[in-house]
Amino acid sequence: MTSTNATHGGGADYERVLPGRDDAVVFEEEKQSPLRRIQQFLHAYPTTIPFIVLLAGIVVFYLLVGSRFIAPFNLSLVLQQVTIIGTLGIAQTLIILTAGIDLSVGAIMLLSSIVMGRLAVKSGVPVELSFPLGLMAGMACGYVNGLLVTRLKLPPFIVTLGTWSIFGALVLFYSRSETLRQQDVEAVAAFLQWTGTAIPIGAARLTYGSILMILVAGLIWYVLNRTAFGRHIYATGDDPDAARLAGINTKRTLLAVYTIAGLICAIGGWVLIGRIGAVSPLSGQTANLDSITAVVIGGTSLFGGRGSIVGTLIGALIVGVFRNGLALAGLDALWQEFTVGVLIIVAVAIDQWIRRIAV
Amino acid sequence: MSAEAERPILQARNIVKRFGRVTALDHADFDLLPNEILGVIGDNGAGKSTLIKVLAGAIIPDSGQVLLDGKPVHFRTPLDARAAGIETVYQDLALAPALTIADNLFLGREVRKGGPLGQWLRLLDRSAMQKQAREHLSALGLATIQNIKQQVETLSGGQRQGVAVARAAAFGSRVIIMDEPTAALGVKESRRVLELMLEIKRRGLPIILISHNMPHVFEVADRIHIHRLGRRIAVVNPRDYSMSDAVAIMTGAMEPPPMTEQQAA
Repeated sequence: MTSTNATHGGGADYERVLPGRDDAVVFEEEKQSPLRRIQQFLHAYPTTIPFIVLLAGIVVFYLLVGSRFIAPFNLSLVLQQVTIIGTLGIAQTLIILTAGIDLSVGAIMLLSSIVMGRLAVKSGVPVELSFPLGLMAGMACGYVNGLLVTRLKLPPFIVTLGTWSIFGALVLFYSRSETLRQQDVEAVAAFLQWTGTAIPIGAARLTYGSILMILVAGLIWYVLNRTAFGRHIYATGDDPDAARLAGINTKRTLLAVYTIAGLICAIGGWVLIGRIGAVSPLSGQTANLDSITAVVIGGTSLFGGRGSIVGTLIGALIVGVFRNGLALAGLDALWQEFTVGVLIIVAVAIDQWIRRIAV
Repeated sequence: MSAEAERPILQARNIVKRFGRVTALDHADFDLLPNEILGVIGDNGAGKSTLIKVLAGAIIPDSGQVLLDGKPVHFRTPLDARAAGIETVYQDLALAPALTIADNLFLGREVRKGGPLGQWLRLLDRSAMQKQAREHLSALGLATIQNIKQQVETLSGGQRQGVAVARAAAFGSRVIIMDEPTAALGVKESRRVLELMLEIKRRGLPIILISHNMPHVFEVADRIHIHRLGRRIAVVNPRDYSMSDAVAIMTGAMEPPPMTEQQAA
């Protein structure tokens, strides 16, 4: 092949090189290193790694901390601790699957909880009305995000960075920066605290909030995997042009996704009231980034089109297990942050490697 | 030629399309006969892709008429054309890489389960879609793609093109438009796609093939539509003209043959 000048018959040369090239292609396909096979397996089953990390985390902390960590009460505590992040993570997964990102999930959650609580406690609106109004506030916030992304065609990062501030300011405005005390909420709107009610199962305590999170996750899993709308969400995030050419209304899909995400954040607000009992504008400060962390560690790609709800729940549990385990092991809280940071970077690095399978 | 007796399935008459001061289509005509492969060739900027986009509903012409089965049609979007049975295989494939073959085949026209499950719970009938997808692929001799649940990005370029063609063949009831289907493929894979086109033709669907690859066009096309300066300048039979003749007509180096019988259709 190096002696191109030696042969003058162009046609003959062309004919001669060709079969060689074909063989090379076949050869490449037949020879597969074990690493390549692992890559293919992970490509087909991307939730495997988060699942292994979760199991490994549980085993390691059991060895480090002992039975205190593995006790049913402690594990149920981990579940309670991740319920809010898990719920917001479900909303975040929907958005990230469309190749977007939502920095305002925490603010939407707070705004919804304040609307529910304040209408009932301060304005005397019956909780039967204040609760759905709170949910609708969350949907409205999501709808606004969706409109800005689809109509003004702004990047989701910028849109939600802006609405994060806007919704956050509205939270402080409407709440007047004051917390509604647990007793006041309980007196007129005990229903809002219902998500914090725990069912004792032996020593473990399972809250209605955790059950609600699992139900929402199940519903969204069904929508994503068993309905046409779900397929359209994946297609829109994976390749918007292909989705459009296949006849999918990508704008309507995006608008629906942001609105549903807003509703799920509002449900997160309800879970938040149950968790802390009171209605506080200062709670859930880290929820925004934590929800993204759960999604990323759960194996959902920030580039859209791949990922799963199950992965996000596992991702949230991984964060919960590592934080709880490190705390029980007596390490300073800074090491919890350190570990979560390492987990995020490793998760994204693995995602990049798996995605490289596409030649 | 027997073609004279047949009525064109898809026609365009006097199509004009201007982009600002540029006239992309200058009273262009077009005829596709039933059960033929019509090659469309033309130099870059001759307006052939604009013409095809008009036929596929992606561009609305300023004036002129598109007729399907002799009846005027007005496509406002590609979906209109698709609803009328005209499927397009785009050059960039238009497949979602992370979705499976079956998902891609049915993207935008998913099959739901019957009864309350489908109606109220919007439950997809995945097994039916997978079964049909397998049938569509093996009908075109693409049975080598074993796993219908495989993600499209794990396929080779030729296999992906095969999936895109199978999708068009499965849902296109009248006409299939293929825009540069072999441009990104190797020699072996191009051959496979050309065979696919002949197979689709055998099944009775006419194909419009837009390509820069003269050997490919001359190999499969029954007639060749030559586009030059925004209009159809000639329709030639590849058995009567050589490739260099076609290129000469295309570039204006050779007088086009008089257009009589083809236009009479």
